[in-house]
Amino acid sequence: MKISRFFKTIFMTDFIGGLFIAINELFKSKKTINYPFEKGKISPRFRGEHALRRYPNGEERCIACKLCEAVCPAQAITIESAEREDGSRKTTRYDIDMMKCIYCGLCEESCPVDAIVQGPNFEFSTETREELYYTKEKLLDNGDRWENVLEANIKADNIHR
Amino acid sequence: MEHLSTVFQEVYKILFLLVPVLVSVAMIVWLDRRVWAFVQKRQGPNVVGPFGLLQSLADALKYIFKEIIIPSSSNKVIFILAPIVTMTLALIAWAVIPFSATQVLADINVGILYLFAVSSLGVYGIIMGGWASNSKYPFLGAIRSAAQMVSYEVSIGVIIINVLLCVGSLNLNDIVIAQQNMWFVIPLFPMFVIFFISALAETNRPPFDLPEAEAELVAGYQTEYSGMMYAMFWLGEYANILLMCAMGAILFLGGWMSPIDVYPFTLVPSAIWLILKILLLFILFALVKAIVPRYRYDQLMRLGWKVFLPLSLIWVVLTASYLFYFNLLPVN
Repeated sequence: MKISRFFKTIFMTDFIGGLFIAINELFKSKKTINYPFEKGKISPRFRGEHALRRYPNGEERCIACKLCEAVCPAQAITIESAEREDGSRKTTRYDIDMMKCIYCGLCEESCPVDAIVQGPNFEFSTETREELYYTKEKLLDNGDRWENVLEANIKADNIHR
Repeated sequence: MEHLSTVFQEVYKILFLLVPVLVSVAMIVWLDRRVWAFVQKRQGPNVVGPFGLLQSLADALKYIFKEIIIPSSSNKVIFILAPIVTMTLALIAWAVIPFSATQVLADINVGILYLFAVSSLGVYGIIMGGWASNSKYPFLGAIRSAAQMVSYEVSIGVIIINVLLCVGSLNLNDIVIAQQNMWFVIPLFPMFVIFFISALAETNRPPFDLPEAEAELVAGYQTEYSGMMYAMFWLGEYANILLMCAMGAILFLGGWMSPIDVYPFTLVPSAIWLILKILLLFILFALVKAIVPRYRYDQLMRLGWKVFLPLSLIWVVLTASYLFYFNLLPVN
């Protein structure tokens, strides 16, 4: 053992240095946020809870083309469609199994009319599994609730598409 | 009737000591987690109560309502007894801790011996828990902690001899009063360092937390425990840590005496000084937890037997010769 190493061990210089670093860090500002009370910034591309959007006149955007159903790698989307009285094709059923969903964003990308989108909401945990089988009503409701944010996000991200 | 009133008086005194100790154990857990988090630039528990001060109470409440699972292959009596033993031993040691010249539950003349004996018994709770669980990890954890605590107790014992040489009494109040002119941390500084590190090992704190090394042993001797029994282990462990801090404060930092014997300092009640010194030592404990990696087991044993024991023995010889040569040996 070298002499310098010996003295280093005896006087615990490394340990005391570490102690001072720790005391120094103790008073520095924290890097974590106070989560439920303060939230981190999220990108407009954030892929959170799904929503079905409407046109400003209240008409559903979805035209039941089933591209999202086809592209979904987790096969979480189930769509059934029928012709409406006015001759337009609309969905009669639009279900997303949120537990199968892997939040890849392919449904949003494949949608030709920007109907299915993934919003900024990531706090939709539930107490039962049944609540996570999203139906068309739930998705449309989400769309109505988040429309302002969704529109702004699509606009913000549009230049990159 | 007279006996009854004496009993009540004693019970009242005991409660007056135990309740603050238990409350401060809960607070100290919060402080530990908070300091640890702050060093890592995290927030730590800060939601329950002001600054998260009531976090430990919330945890305790959760533990109370959890189911206690007793493994079918365990030795049930010993399994249940183990956490009780751990916590009881951690608490009864507080009987001799002097909070001022008169505020001490049992002012016995072999106080330090009692303290040392009780803290040494603490290992039994862990061994019983580990053995009665009848499972691999708890058993290995118990074996480790038995070897570790026994090794470091030896050096703590020798360090205590160092202090006793300077005091000439086993009474804790006499030890405190002997430090009136100079705290023992100054002449016996190396011993204080060794005592501190041995106390870390004695209470299974990082870097010596091998008995509960998560990476290897799940939770060591606590693996099979759940609910309130786990909480009792946890309370006992922290009460032991506090006790070790109190022991360090009394042996080396002048116990309940104010740091400077001048007017504004002497106004502060002596119990406050002791608590402040315990807190200071505990914050050091918490800081050490945040900065050091865990020791390997052979390193731990080497440190205990090949470094600390010879060093403290040499220091005993040095202290004794110094005191003898300069005729400073205390005469009682």
